Amino acid sequence: MKPVFVTGDKVKVRAAEVATHCRTPHYLRGKRGIVARVFGAYPNPEQLAYHRLGVPYLPLYQIEFDFKEVWGKAAGATVITADIYQHWLERDN
Amino acid sequence: MSGDHHHPHGDKAHDHDSHAPVSEAHDISSESALLERALRELLIEKNIFTAGDLRRQIELTESRTPELGAKVVARAWTDAQYKARLLADAKPAIENLLGIDLNLTPELTVVENTAARHHVICCTLCSCYPRAVLGIPPAWYKSPEYRARVVREPREVLAEFGTQLPDDVEIRVVDSTADMRYMVLPLRPRDTGHLSEQELIALITRDSMIGVSVLAGSQY
Repeated sequence: MKPVFVTGDKVKVRAAEVATHCRTPHYLRGKRGIVARVFGAYPNPEQLAYHRLGVPYLPLYQIEFDFKEVWGKAAGATVITADIYQHWLERDN
Repeated sequence: MSGDHHHPHGDKAHDHDSHAPVSEAHDISSESALLERALRELLIEKNIFTAGDLRRQIELTESRTPELGAKVVARAWTDAQYKARLLADAKPAIENLLGIDLNLTPELTVVENTAARHHVICCTLCSCYPRAVLGIPPAWYKSPEYRARVVREPREVLAEFGTQLPDDVEIRVVDSTADMRYMVLPLRPRDTGHLSEQELIALITRDSMIGVSVLAGSQY
């Protein structure tokens, strides 16, 4: 799978609920952030957890979230970054 | 544990004196320890791996200590070109410096602390940690309390580690949620220009490479 986002893009983490294994923390679901780094493509952990191959590999991004966006209150100059696979991200224009 | 002769031994008889400690191998009281033992014995019995493979992996894991990370940090402090390579692509820079093979270890990125920007690493989902360069994570790093609080009240958590940063220093909490592991390149303390690389290595702490601490003499 090809990366569709580039550094600096505004994105939003999907606010989905899944009953199975995934690596998208709940506290970031539905939150807006900015693509800080574009990593390579990695096996889909949601398949690996169930002994499947994890194909197609998924582009992985480091996303930067402003603290206030995540927790609703400011905490000085504070940023949280997390690494999110492409299928959990949507463009935020 | 006292020198109690009556502690149970489920395995074959062996010699021990009255002061012999009870080894972890005998401590199979917890369910997870039982599960580990059952799984290990089954995997060896089915020839998935050998006892020798397991021993080598344990030795490799135990050979990884924060001393490795400290060597990387000291070199980055003293060699600007090395630092640039390290920050751009950590694994090859570390492999070349330390002569170790990171081919089978997770991806690794080094993030640089400056007087304006401080990184602290965590894994809110489990216990992802840059084991290749820092070894086995401390227990608190894996605790639900650290994992929950460092993203929610990072300045308070840092203060509890004795780390008070000026308000204008940006804090970046780096949550290792996927394939990437992170190590912090701490800020070099002031007045260390005369120190040798070996002397610098001795100053560098594990916690400064996690980012919960800054090194004595760091100037903001």
